[in-house]
Amino acid sequence: MRLSELLPGNTAVVREVEDVGSADPIARRLRDLGFVAGEPVKLVTRGPVGGDPLLVQIGFTRFALRRSEAARVWLQAAGATP
Amino acid sequence: MSSAETALRIALVGNPNCGKTALFNLLTGSRQKVANYAGVTVERKQGRYVAPSGRVVDLLDLPGAYSLDAASPDEAITRDVCLGIAAGETRPDLLVCVADATNLRLHLRFVLEVRRLGVPVVLALNMMDAAARRGIRIDIAALERELGIPVIETVAVRRAGARALIERIDGPLPALPDAGPADLDLHAEVRRLLAATVRMPTRTAATDDAIDRVALHPVWGLVLLGVLMFLIFQSVFSWAEPLMDAIENGIKALGAFSVAALPEGPLRSLLADGVFAGIGSVLVFLPQILILFLFILALEESGYLPRAAFLLDRLMFKAGLSGRSFIPLLSSFACAIPGIMATRSIQDPRDRLATIMVAPLMTCSARLPVYTLLIAAFIPQRTVAGVFNLQGIVLFALYVAGIVSALAVAFVIKRLRRDRSEHALLLELPSYRWPHPRDLAIGLWERAWIFLKRVGGIILALTVLLWFLSSFPAPPDGATGPAIDYSFAGRIGRALEVVFAPVGFNWQICIALIPGLAAREVAVSALGTVYALSGSDDTIAAELGPLIAGQWPLATALSLLVWYIFAPQCLSTLAVIRRETNSWRNVWIAAGYLFALAYAASFVTYQVTRMLTS
Ligand SMILES: Nc1nc2c(ncn2[C@@H]2O[C@H](COP(=O)(O)OP(=O)(O)OP(=O)(O)O)[C@@H](O)[C@H]2O)c(=O)[nH]1
Ligand SMILES: [Mg+2]
Repeated sequence: MRLSELLPGNTAVVREVEDVGSADPIARRLRDLGFVAGEPVKLVTRGPVGGDPLLVQIGFTRFALRRSEAARVWLQAAGATP
Repeated sequence: MSSAETALRIALVGNPNCGKTALFNLLTGSRQKVANYAGVTVERKQGRYVAPSGRVVDLLDLPGAYSLDAASPDEAITRDVCLGIAAGETRPDLLVCVADATNLRLHLRFVLEVRRLGVPVVLALNMMDAAARRGIRIDIAALERELGIPVIETVAVRRAGARALIERIDGPLPALPDAGPADLDLHAEVRRLLAATVRMPTRTAATDDAIDRVALHPVWGLVLLGVLMFLIFQSVFSWAEPLMDAIENGIKALGAFSVAALPEGPLRSLLADGVFAGIGSVLVFLPQILILFLFILALEESGYLPRAAFLLDRLMFKAGLSGRSFIPLLSSFACAIPGIMATRSIQDPRDRLATIMVAPLMTCSARLPVYTLLIAAFIPQRTVAGVFNLQGIVLFALYVAGIVSALAVAFVIKRLRRDRSEHALLLELPSYRWPHPRDLAIGLWERAWIFLKRVGGIILALTVLLWFLSSFPAPPDGATGPAIDYSFAGRIGRALEVVFAPVGFNWQICIALIPGLAAREVAVSALGTVYALSGSDDTIAAELGPLIAGQWPLATALSLLVWYIFAPQCLSTLAVIRRETNSWRNVWIAAGYLFALAYAASFVTYQVTRMLTS
C-alpha cells in the first residue's frame, strides 16, 4: 500500500520511497525528512478540497504532502514487522 | 581591541525553524526577523559581539536547511557556507548547529550531516523550555558522549537563555569531531541516539493536536480562515479611526501654528502646501499600517500560517501556485519586496517564478493610504447587516480583488507554460506558540520607525520636489488661472491627461502618479500638495478627502481605486524582481502586464460607472 492510500487517523510503517524517474529530488528529500524503512508514519488528516494535500506525521514532525508526493512512499503490509 | 583578523568566525546552522535567528538576535543584539514557520531567513546575515574574554566574534545567521543536499535557493546559501565554497567567504572556524529539542528525530540527522564536514561543531539544543513543558527528558552528558561534540542547552527566547553557549564558545575550540564511518546510515544512527538519550512521553504536543482538529477541519478550518481574514480588514478600518482623527487634528493644529508666524511667500507655501499638506496626508495612515502589522506579526509567530497554506494548497495549485506561495504572498500585504525575497524558500523554480510575478498584486501597505483616502471620501460610512462597516467591506473587497487577480494571472501563466509536470509541496507544520507581547511591541515599534523614516526621507524629498515643480516657473504677470497651471508639473499633468482621460484621471491625478513610482504613498501626499497649490487659500493636509469628494466624479474615484489594485508603479519592486530572477525580461513582463491590467480594469470601471451614474 502507498502512503497516499492510508486512511486518516491510521498509522503504518514505511517500507521504502520510490523514485519517479531518475535522480528524483522529491524522493531524495522525503528520505532526508525521515521517510525510511521501519519508520512509523501516521496520516493525521487530509486537505479540505479533494482530500489533498495530506497531513502526515513522521518522527515528531508534521508535514503537508501532496498526494503525488505521498504516492512515492510504500508502506509495509499490516502486521509485518520491520 | 581585536581586529577583524583575529575575530572568531562562527556560523549558525540547523534545520528550519529551530531558533537560529532568535539565538543570533540574543547574541548580537540584532533584530532580524523571527517567526514560527520554516523559511523565515533566506539570506546570510552577519553580526558581531564581544565575548566575556574580550574576543570579538563574527556571527553568521544562515537560512535553515533540512539537508546539505540543497533543494531550494535558500538552502544552497547554507550549503555553500558550510562547505566553504561561498563566493568571497572563508569557511567558519566553528559551526554552532542548532536543534529543536522537541523535534530531534528530524533535527539530529542534520547534526550528523554537519558533524562530518571537518569543521569544529557545537550543538545548541534549543527550545529546552518547550521540551521541559512537554516532559521531554534528554540526557545531555550521554548525548555529548555519543555524538562526540559539545552539547549546550539554550532557550533563545529568554534573556539569559544562551549564557552557557556564550561561555562554551569563549573557551577553547572543540576538537574536530569524529565523523564516524563514511557509510554510516544517518537515520539508523539518529534512532540509536534517541533510544539511548531521550525520553519522550508523546510524539506530539497535545495542544497542537487539539487546535489542529479545528484549524485543519475541512469545514471549520476554512470558516475560521475566512473569518480571521475578514476580521483583520474590518479592524484595520474600525479600530484605526479614532487614532487617525487624533493624528489628523494634531497635524492640522501644528500646521496652522507654524505657518501663522511666517510671512506670505515661497517658504510659507513650501511649509503649508508641501510639508504639511503632503507629509501630513501620509502620516495619518500610521495607525492602520500598525494594526495590519499587529495581525501579521501575531499570525507569523502563532504557527498558523503554514496551516493556512495547507488549507489553501489545492486551490493555489489549481491556479498554478502552491501552498508554499502562501506565506510569501501574505508577506506581500506588508510590502512586495520581503514577499518576493521570501519566495527563496520555494523549491520548485516554476512555482517560485509564478509567485514572484503575482506578488505585486497583493495589496501592499503602501497602497493603504490611497485606498483609505478614496474610501473615506466616496464610500458612505454605514453599517451593513447590523455589525459590518461598509467602508471596511469595500477595503476587504479591494484586497480580495487583488488576490483573485493574482490567482487568475498565475492560472494564465500556467496555461501559457503548458506545464503538466509535478510540483512539490513538502511543508512542515510547526508547533503553535503564543506570540510574546514584548516581541509584538518591538516589531510594531520597528514598523512605525520604518514608516516614519520613509515619511521623513523619500516621501518628504519627493513632496518637496513636487512642490517645487508645481510652483515654478511662476505664472506670468496678469495670469488669471491658478499658478500651478503654468508650472512644470502642471504642464506634465496636462500632457499625461491625454493618455489617462479614457480612464477618468484628471491632470492632478496624473501628476500624482509620477512620484508614486518611487513610493506609492506619495501619490496621496502629491495630491495633497497639488490641490493645496491649486486652491485659492491654504488648505491643510486633512482636508484633502472632502476636497476631492467635492470635485471628482464617483467614476474617477472608483477608477483610481481599481488602478491601485494593479498599480504597477513601484520601482523598488521591479528592482527586486530583477535581482531575484536575474532577468530583465521578467521585469518587463511584470511591469507590462500590470500596467495593461491596471489600464484595462480602470477603463472598464470608469466607463461603466459613468454610464450607471449619468
Ligand atoms: N519556546 C521557545 N521558542 C523559541 C525558542 N527559540 C526560538 N523560538 C521560537 O521558534 C520560532 C522560530 O525561531 P527562528 O529564530 O525564526 O528560527 P530559525 O531557525 O531562524 O528559522 P529559519 O530562519 O526559518 O530557518 C519562533 O517562533 C521563535 O519565537 C526557544 O528557545 N523556546
Ligand atoms: Mg532564521
